[in-house]
Amino acid sequence: MWNIPFVPPTASQEAVGISWLYWVITALSVFFGGIVLFGAIFLAVKYRAGNQNVDRSNATDSDLRLELSWTLIPLILAIAIFGWAAKLYGDIYAPREGGYYEVFVVGKQWMWHCQHPNGVRENNELTLPAGQLIKATIISQDVIHAFSIPAFRVKRDAVPGRYNAMYFTPTVPGEYHLFCTEYCGTKHSEMIGKVRVLPPDEFEKWLQSGGAGAAAAPMSLEEQGKQLFTKLACNTCHMNPNSAVKAPDLNGLYGHEVKLADGRTVKADDAYIRESILNPGAKIVAGYQNQMPPYQGQIKEEEIIALIAYIKSLAQAGGGN
Amino acid sequence: MATQTIAHGEQQRVNYLNWKTTVASWLFTYDHKRIGILYLVSITIFFLLGGIAAALIRMELATPKGDLLTSDVYNKMFTIHGVLMIFFFLVPSIPAVFGNFVLPMMIGARDVAFPRLNLLSWYFFMVGALLATIALVKGGIDTGWTFYTPYSSSFAKGEVSLAIVGVFLAGFSSIFTGINFLVTIHKMRAPGMTWFRLPLFVWAMYATSLIQVLGTPVVAITLLLVAVERSLRIGIFDPNLGGDPILYQHLFWFYSHPAVYIMILPGMGVISEVISAFSKKRVFGYHFVAFASLAIAIIGFLVWGHHMFSTGQSIYASILFSFLTFLVAIPSAIKTFNWMATIWKGRVHWEAPMIYALGFMGLFVIGGLTGLYLAAMATNVHLTDTYFIVAHFHYVMVGGAIMAYLAALHFWWPKMTGRMYPQSWAKLSALLVFVGFNLTFFPQFILGYMGMPRRYHSYPEEWAALNLLSSAGASVLGIGYLLPAIYLVWSLKYGRVVTERNPWGARGLEWELVDTPPDPHNFERTPIVTRPAYDYGHPEEPTGIIPKPRPVVVGGKDG
Repeated sequence: MWNIPFVPPTASQEAVGISWLYWVITALSVFFGGIVLFGAIFLAVKYRAGNQNVDRSNATDSDLRLELSWTLIPLILAIAIFGWAAKLYGDIYAPREGGYYEVFVVGKQWMWHCQHPNGVRENNELTLPAGQLIKATIISQDVIHAFSIPAFRVKRDAVPGRYNAMYFTPTVPGEYHLFCTEYCGTKHSEMIGKVRVLPPDEFEKWLQSGGAGAAAAPMSLEEQGKQLFTKLACNTCHMNPNSAVKAPDLNGLYGHEVKLADGRTVKADDAYIRESILNPGAKIVAGYQNQMPPYQGQIKEEEIIALIAYIKSLAQAGGGN
Repeated sequence: MATQTIAHGEQQRVNYLNWKTTVASWLFTYDHKRIGILYLVSITIFFLLGGIAAALIRMELATPKGDLLTSDVYNKMFTIHGVLMIFFFLVPSIPAVFGNFVLPMMIGARDVAFPRLNLLSWYFFMVGALLATIALVKGGIDTGWTFYTPYSSSFAKGEVSLAIVGVFLAGFSSIFTGINFLVTIHKMRAPGMTWFRLPLFVWAMYATSLIQVLGTPVVAITLLLVAVERSLRIGIFDPNLGGDPILYQHLFWFYSHPAVYIMILPGMGVISEVISAFSKKRVFGYHFVAFASLAIAIIGFLVWGHHMFSTGQSIYASILFSFLTFLVAIPSAIKTFNWMATIWKGRVHWEAPMIYALGFMGLFVIGGLTGLYLAAMATNVHLTDTYFIVAHFHYVMVGGAIMAYLAALHFWWPKMTGRMYPQSWAKLSALLVFVGFNLTFFPQFILGYMGMPRRYHSYPEEWAALNLLSSAGASVLGIGYLLPAIYLVWSLKYGRVVTERNPWGARGLEWELVDTPPDPHNFERTPIVTRPAYDYGHPEEPTGIIPKPRPVVVGGKDG
């Protein structure tokens, strides 16, 4: 009955730093808030009109030294807090080159769809290994959602049309809340789930067995993408030496610079490939015509993620252009 | 005319309330004081409606399961609560009621610069309110007051566009009021009323008006674009139509963050007036308090991105927004410390307005300090869109702004009505509001830190106790808000009649030179200001004088 929690679990590396920041700001707030709250009451009682036995001589209504001290001291403290918090923010959101285990998250009214690279899918659940840096790439299929794990002190908005990423390292095995924190319509408060952190060896076993309840290991994202590539007839033009239509080579494309027809150069990352599938006319590769039909509205976010995984796998295949 | 008045005795003195009493004389009045009263009555109604929605929300959240209302009804309730309270209560509250009522008197003017525009602004407000109310009654809308796209533009059902047009019109009412006050403050100050003799309430209103004039058009157009995307399916914000949903958030918060200062700056102005009047001492650091208002208004325009730290905006943009947000906290700290120093060595009269003002300081300090957690980027990511945010902005906008609104109401009530309310009831209600408020919203900080998302209709079991405490506190708060409505209305008929100009012994033209209740034109003749504001150190010297009438030369060329 009296088991009422007042703080969330601290279950990731990031949660440790952010909790410290939280409590330091709390200590400063209690200190300064205390001065004002009790100071004002104390003064208002001490200098109450009825009290004649109090020294009111030399009352002044301006004092530069006082003004400067209550301007500069809070300012210096504020700048210190600012810098510390910015560093921790960078740890979560600044892009990293590698060393992570990547999961894909698609939000839709009103569920979370999580995808592991080996093809294991989870709905409203996300299973992760302890002690491993995780990159979560997050997108929404309809309205804006937000993927929030309070025990890790991290969240990221799932925005339609845009890949957002965040990085964190779960540390303590256990089950934690997963919430949607951006209002998304009728069942917003039912768009919840669990994040399960397993010790690394158990996680590996879980992953190889195909996740909860699956009989056999599923097809990896890469293979799913390869299959889709054929199913959607991408291969009629792309990767087809006999094609009548001249289409950009996808071998060795991912992660490299692409020269565009308008003279710009862009990096072929997830966002670029996604856009080029949905709206091929947006960025045309130099030397090519815009002959590809747009796939906007024809293809699910999960399928795009699989296609990207396949195209990513082709990066090692050739020299690029 | 004047001799007639004296002949009928003090009771019959012509004032702005009794010189005409028909309904038309109220609905077509150009008198800034009557327009202030029109606003007072109308926003009270919206406060009541918004409060009923709040009561239903807290009743639903008293238990973890969503069992009292359906999800849809719950979502509509917090939308109604937010839309009514923000656009139809808080934004107009102190500016439109007390700005209208006292600002011209404070600077020695007989009305605002554009009295017709002033009346028009009330009509815009009322038509906007009517449209929004129709939208809410005709099945309601469930977008939240923030109208985030693409939910609002492509997914939400209901009369979203109608509500948006309502908010759009209310926005123009706010712009008109802002223009009016800016021009009034620039051009209509009485002789001798220099910029640094202005009461700090006027400085605060000046800063507020700047935000209203510069910010409101942006949100008005942005919301209209949502309505355009909804009805014409032109891609602006919806990515499926080629738009950008984050663009909406930039445009929306470009106004809606400064709008927080529209709600709190006038409150800060009121607190400067009240603390000075009841400490019988000049506001400490007058220039710092005055410029702090301007600093808040200006820097406040550059911090909107702190609402978007988790949306995927550039890290460098976030860093800049975070830094500027820390900067904007400093002027508020300066004001708070100066209020404390005002009390120091004063003669503090513990009357009801002063207790409300002290309550403001307590709640505003908590609201302001919890803003630091949100200015700090890493804690912001964890806390954004949780109950921590809900608690934080209620501390600022309800604890702060409404406490100040009640302080203003109790301070200027005798001047407005010629009646005094019962002090002991007023003090009790101030105490109830303070205690009830803390019981309601402090637990929400803890819930937010644990991760409870806002706008949730149901929540995990382990948060039941704190939510129940919050709901219980809300009922105390509700009583605290109902009491003034009862005893203030009661006082109109049964309260002690106030005939003296200055029942509080305060400084300022509205107290020293204006009758109670005021003359239809405030001052017999335009006063001449002779002293700085809050000159409590020289009680024998009036702040201003009414000049003797110039002798009328019959047939003279000035005739």
